[in-house]
Amino acid sequence: MADDRLIIAGREFKSRLWVGTGKYKDFVETQKAIEISGADVVTVAVRRVNITDRSNDNLLDYIDPKKYTILPNTAGCYTVEDAVRYSCLARAAGVSDLIKLEVLGDEKTLFPDTAGLIEAAKILIKEGFIVLPYTNDDPIVAKKLVDIGCPAVMPLAAPIGSGLGIRNPYNLKILMESVSVPVIVDAGVGTASDAALAMEYGADAVLMNTAIAGARDPLTMAEAMKYAVWAGRLAYRAGRIPRKLYATASSPIEGML
Amino acid sequence: MEETVRIHVNGEAKAWPRGATVADLLQDLDIKTEQVAVELNLEILDRTAFAHRALNDGDRVEIMSFIGGGSF
Repeated sequence: MADDRLIIAGREFKSRLWVGTGKYKDFVETQKAIEISGADVVTVAVRRVNITDRSNDNLLDYIDPKKYTILPNTAGCYTVEDAVRYSCLARAAGVSDLIKLEVLGDEKTLFPDTAGLIEAAKILIKEGFIVLPYTNDDPIVAKKLVDIGCPAVMPLAAPIGSGLGIRNPYNLKILMESVSVPVIVDAGVGTASDAALAMEYGADAVLMNTAIAGARDPLTMAEAMKYAVWAGRLAYRAGRIPRKLYATASSPIEGML
Repeated sequence: MEETVRIHVNGEAKAWPRGATVADLLQDLDIKTEQVAVELNLEILDRTAFAHRALNDGDRVEIMSFIGGGSF
């Protein structure tokens, strides 16, 4: 399994668990959780600097961009214009052309506005961005995103922060079979088994935030997620046995009295 | 001519010495230029431009950085 690397747009990633940096108690806990999770891709949001209180530390003082791939997102953007603006700000503030593109549809579900997503992705790809789109578990939309040049797609398992797990495994499976690029299941994971299941279905990676940061013990959950993603990936590669209705003995009859 | 310019920084009304540049503003606010993006009247500035872009009356400056966030 040593050669089991994830490659997106020519970049190689060691970990198939990607993590967000929101909702932690403080930066020290954020740093520890990420380190324990083994993730090498870390998502961050773009916001105004607090100009009145400069005592606040900078997140990137804790998450070393030399050690981790920093993946800025357009979280909180509901229009194409905002998503493009935030992407450009992220690129100006940051280190690369990578962007996790979110164009949200409404505040209650935080479901993607897929029409806006495709439009924003087109603009950003033209501007030289490497666009990783947060999308619905819709295979047709995923195919369109790949057709316009997205080197990976990030379908949701369930609404962001809901912890509901994979609500539509069959759509997700069809989506994975429909596109030739890596599929990163993003959002909705609640616990380790959800992450393992996503990987067993054939996801190339899983991105999560709340499932770790919101756990009673985030550091232990970070460790659980590391093993879950790893176990799920190994099981996928090993190939599960077919489901059968009746028993098949695993001990031989021969040699019995 | 007044000695200050009236500007908005991250939405807050501020008065700053006339002739100050974006780089001066960041320095006065104790903000390191690495890891921030600056938008001046909706135009995203290249870091190399910070030192020679002077602030004018009515300018709207947005100073943005990375914070913790997964999805939202």
